[in-house]
Amino acid sequence: MYRDFGTILFLVFMGIVLIYAPLVIQKLLAPNDPNADKLATYECGEESEGSAWVQFNIRFYVVALIFLIFDVEVVFLFPWAVVFNELGLLAFVEMGIFLLILMLGLAYVWRRSDLDWVKYNVKYGRGRYSNLYKKSQTIKGS
Amino acid sequence: MADIVFWFVAFITVFSAGMVVTSKSLLYSAYSLLFTFLGVTGLYIFLWADFLAVVQVVVYIGGILVLIIFGIMLTNKITSVNISHSSMQKGVGAVVAIGFIASLGYMAISSPWLQAANTEPAETTASIGRLLLMDYLLPFEVASLLLLGALIGATTLSRKDEDG
Repeated sequence: MYRDFGTILFLVFMGIVLIYAPLVIQKLLAPNDPNADKLATYECGEESEGSAWVQFNIRFYVVALIFLIFDVEVVFLFPWAVVFNELGLLAFVEMGIFLLILMLGLAYVWRRSDLDWVKYNVKYGRGRYSNLYKKSQTIKGS
Repeated sequence: MADIVFWFVAFITVFSAGMVVTSKSLLYSAYSLLFTFLGVTGLYIFLWADFLAVVQVVVYIGGILVLIIFGIMLTNKITSVNISHSSMQKGVGAVVAIGFIASLGYMAISSPWLQAANTEPAETTASIGRLLLMDYLLPFEVASLLLLGALIGATTLSRKDEDG
């Protein structure tokens, strides 16, 4: 077991070295002659405006929360998968119940449109938006 | 060799945990927490808890840390908030920390540790799976209900201001 994790440690170590080695080499080799224009923040040729601290959409947080729940579910799947051949049908049924209960949660967040990036929340549905308006009403009414 | 790696891992864990507390920027604290979690993963491996080590990476680094960083990014005008620049109640915190260290140290010294034979144990994942599906089936299924409750509760709470 130590041997396997030793391999991982070696890979992590090599990953760090391979990232930092080019940076160190360019620091040693490249000429260093900064001026105001060179040090300016690069933003695709545009001059950058305002602070980088903008408030992110709350949807990121909700999706991360939902992800975390199913992340824990996946963690439970690993020990089950290892002993699946040994226990057979019994293990299959047990995990089926476990997954079914969590599928209820998935169905819930899906139905309440927590998975939609943009929520249907149209106030005035006329013309080509009328379908969208109806959809938002059915979701809200549920 | 293993001793060197152990002290290296322990140093990373303690040092980055100190950075979490003392860093002036919340975002730097969150990124220091990444190295604390990685160090704890290393400690789990030294305790021969391989499954727990992988869970630590998958859940804590892959899930909870991402959630914390999102939480910081969601905070509006974070640079002007006082809480991101200073620690509060340093005196009480120091007393609690010293008391905690003292009680942990007392426990580590006074408890009779079981001396295990210095052989590598088998992988733990299979035995965890067997225990989970045979002996501890009910807690395992209840855990899914707990996760369901957490999912519904969390989404309901975070949805509040949008529907209202």
